[in-house]
Amino acid sequence: MSFAPGDAVLVCDRPHPGHHRTPRYLKGRRGTVERVHEQFLDPETRAYGADGEPPRRLYLVAFEMPELFSGYEGRPDDRLLVDVFEHWLEDAP
Amino acid sequence: MTHGHNHDHDHDPVTTAGEPVTAARVRALEELLVERGIVTRDELRERIDWLVSRSPADGARLVARAWIDDDFRQRLLTDAREAALELGLDPGPSPVVVALENTETVHHMVVCTLCSCYPRALLGPPPDWYKSLPYRSRAVSDPRSVLREFGLALADDTDLRVVDSTADMRYLVVPRRPVGTDSLDEDALAALVTRDSMIGVAEPLEPSG
Repeated sequence: MSFAPGDAVLVCDRPHPGHHRTPRYLKGRRGTVERVHEQFLDPETRAYGADGEPPRRLYLVAFEMPELFSGYEGRPDDRLLVDVFEHWLEDAP
Repeated sequence: MTHGHNHDHDHDPVTTAGEPVTAARVRALEELLVERGIVTRDELRERIDWLVSRSPADGARLVARAWIDDDFRQRLLTDAREAALELGLDPGPSPVVVALENTETVHHMVVCTLCSCYPRALLGPPPDWYKSLPYRSRAVSDPRSVLREFGLALADDTDLRVVDSTADMRYLVVPRRPVGTDSLDEDALAALVTRDSMIGVAEPLEPSG
């Protein structure tokens, strides 16, 4: 599965014991792919001495602030942009 | 007796007086890494010296050049690492640096909610507040009030983009050029570009006079 700018995505809502780079406050949240970054060695295995293979694609994903935080004080178009690895993203229904 | 005077008391080791728990843990890790031959003390020293030798002056040079040279500005926004190399700056070991441009209608600010990811090569060590829990949590949930605390009141029609740098990318904000700076040369412009303005919690300084 790979994504393109503009794709609607969901951040996987799964527990992950151990090091990972997906902030908990985003799990299960809906966003839109803003940029497609390069691939990087997988931090989840590198953190424990492995080589990080296979590399994982990283995406910059945009989330609408008012959707993320109830009672958000700001403009409706305010967004949060977060780097999320591909294996933490799925197609949004 | 190894240090030249006679006494009957103990000395505390140099590094542990009042040492915080985290520092003690880091030192223990360091000892182990050295003991097992994974890194040498000199490698650690070189890395630390490199880190503390970096400063926001490098980032400011990128911004000032972008303000006066539109082609360079485009290259900076496309590939900040290449742009830094073009100016003879060291973009560091981090694979990709991304420059995000503030405009009349969009303002960017950067945070790392997970730890303290920061474009150290171009900005130097991050300020303590950047690593603090209140900044790391409130910058995403209540960013406009955080900006007000930094003295930055965004215009009502400015959209905010908060960037949470969670992984391998490092983000540098290109602030807007202050008005009244048409006559300034590149060095004078660079002097207006503060660290905080490249994190996105402040505007650049106003020109004096």
